[in-house]
Amino acid sequence: MINITKITKTFNPGTVNENTAIRNLSLTVQEGDFITIVGSNGAGKTTLLNLISGSILPSSGTMYILGNDVTRTPEYKRAAYIGRIFQDPTLGTSGKLSLEHNMNICSRKGFKGLKISLDAKKRQLFREELIALEMGLENRLKDNVGLLSGGQRQALTLLMTVLSRPELLLLDEHTAALDPRNAEIVLSLTQRFVDEGNLTSMMVTHNMKHAIEYGNRLLMMDRGDIILDVSGDEKKNLTVEKLVKKFHEIKQTEYTSDEALLTT
Amino acid sequence: MIEGILVDGLIFAVMALGVFITFRVLNFPDLTVDGSFATGAAVAAMSITNGLGIFPGMLLAFASGAAAGTITAVIHNRLKVPNLLAGILTMTMLYSINIRILGGRANIALLRVDTIISKVIQIGGSIPREWTLLIFMIIFTGIVKILLDVFFHTDMGITLGAMGDNEQMVVSQGVNPKAMKVIGVSLSNGLVALSGAMLAQYQGFADANLGVGIVVQGLAAVMLGEFLFRSNKIGMLTIQVIFGAILYKALMFFGRYYGYYINLTPSDLKLLTGVLVIVSLVVAKTRKNIGSRKRGIQ
Repeated sequence: MINITKITKTFNPGTVNENTAIRNLSLTVQEGDFITIVGSNGAGKTTLLNLISGSILPSSGTMYILGNDVTRTPEYKRAAYIGRIFQDPTLGTSGKLSLEHNMNICSRKGFKGLKISLDAKKRQLFREELIALEMGLENRLKDNVGLLSGGQRQALTLLMTVLSRPELLLLDEHTAALDPRNAEIVLSLTQRFVDEGNLTSMMVTHNMKHAIEYGNRLLMMDRGDIILDVSGDEKKNLTVEKLVKKFHEIKQTEYTSDEALLTT
Repeated sequence: MIEGILVDGLIFAVMALGVFITFRVLNFPDLTVDGSFATGAAVAAMSITNGLGIFPGMLLAFASGAAAGTITAVIHNRLKVPNLLAGILTMTMLYSINIRILGGRANIALLRVDTIISKVIQIGGSIPREWTLLIFMIIFTGIVKILLDVFFHTDMGITLGAMGDNEQMVVSQGVNPKAMKVIGVSLSNGLVALSGAMLAQYQGFADANLGVGIVVQGLAAVMLGEFLFRSNKIGMLTIQVIFGAILYKALMFFGRYYGYYINLTPSDLKLLTGVLVIVSLVVAKTRKNIGSRKRGIQ
């Protein structure tokens, strides 16, 4: 599905602000994988997702998605088969547009022509799809998305992203900006949509418990590289304590600076 | 008098709709307008005086405006310069080009040729001239408005609506944002040029300086319209712009005719327009603050 070989990303090369966010990283993702990614701030998790989605291009290395070399492919072209959800719930939808117009934009990927495709049939379809969220949004098709709460907006983004049938789903701490209850709702919806569509997914999270609970493979990143990669039974038997211990074993350093790592 | 203001306002409204597309829908403050307005006037005037015909002339005016918009968008996209600078560059270059179009002159008269205005007055027959023009302009601007509304209901139009608000979303849906900017800015300037073409025929001449300061006037019209009522429906938003344009022309009319009581001269109208935009901004900001305080958020 994804083949990343020795990828490096350096920001502001040749200046005093030079910063290598990803260092010689290689990764292979199998079809159907649900990968969770943890790591402290600045470990390169978001940069990795940015590189995969194409919103930034690597300084060196190669990247293949679905057998195609996408190393230099612009983001909007990759978006045809990648669905991405950000931490900020406002990034996935347009607050100025109504719910139905938002869903219409996302109902088909790629360039939009001069067709008026939003009709009664499509509205009915949107309504049926919105029922799955159990938030009563099916009765608010004409409301501006700006009126929805953060949780509703993120759930809607998730639904719209899944409905556009991506081959790969990138989740960048997509529940971090929500309150605990809404975070749980959005996470369980994520799990359900991923299962139903057998979606290949990568989820960045700061929550160790979530990282262990969800997915079939766990990556831990530090200083721009993957330092731990567990899957299968090993992943199933993980606990937060074991994970922290493993981290210490690898790093052989006392890990005190980052509280996020111990959040449960 | 009132018919005159309405006709003025309706011609002006087509330009304001263009400004609305860039400033409000696309969030691309485009200053090309100051140049493309005169381009539209010049192209239409030269087409008509050279016997190309009225309708081909106006179509050509629309196309030339769209081309000017495309240049601005491409400068912005390719060279990654801010949209304001891209617009100013095109606007500056257009001044020279407009004089070229006018055959090396700064203006051209349309007095002894058939224009859309003289044709319409002919059709109107015994109906008073101003009323005929008013009916014609209501139909003309109405058609432009309806076509625009239909466009904003197409998949492309809806996506354009999302562009100004959330470019990331548009990219995430596999749409090239650069292409959307080209489409939006060229459509906007096409309308602006069409408005210029209409004005040239209405006042009987085209002038290379016709568009100076017009983008601020268009913005004033858009902002005035926004005070009238609130809606999220595109059909209502375009109505707002048209009413705003008429209101603006009415204000300027009163400024011109009654301004001398407070020592205003016609040359003060641009100052008045600027003040109007600033006052609109202040009122809009205060309203927003009050609104969010009422809802308990800051």
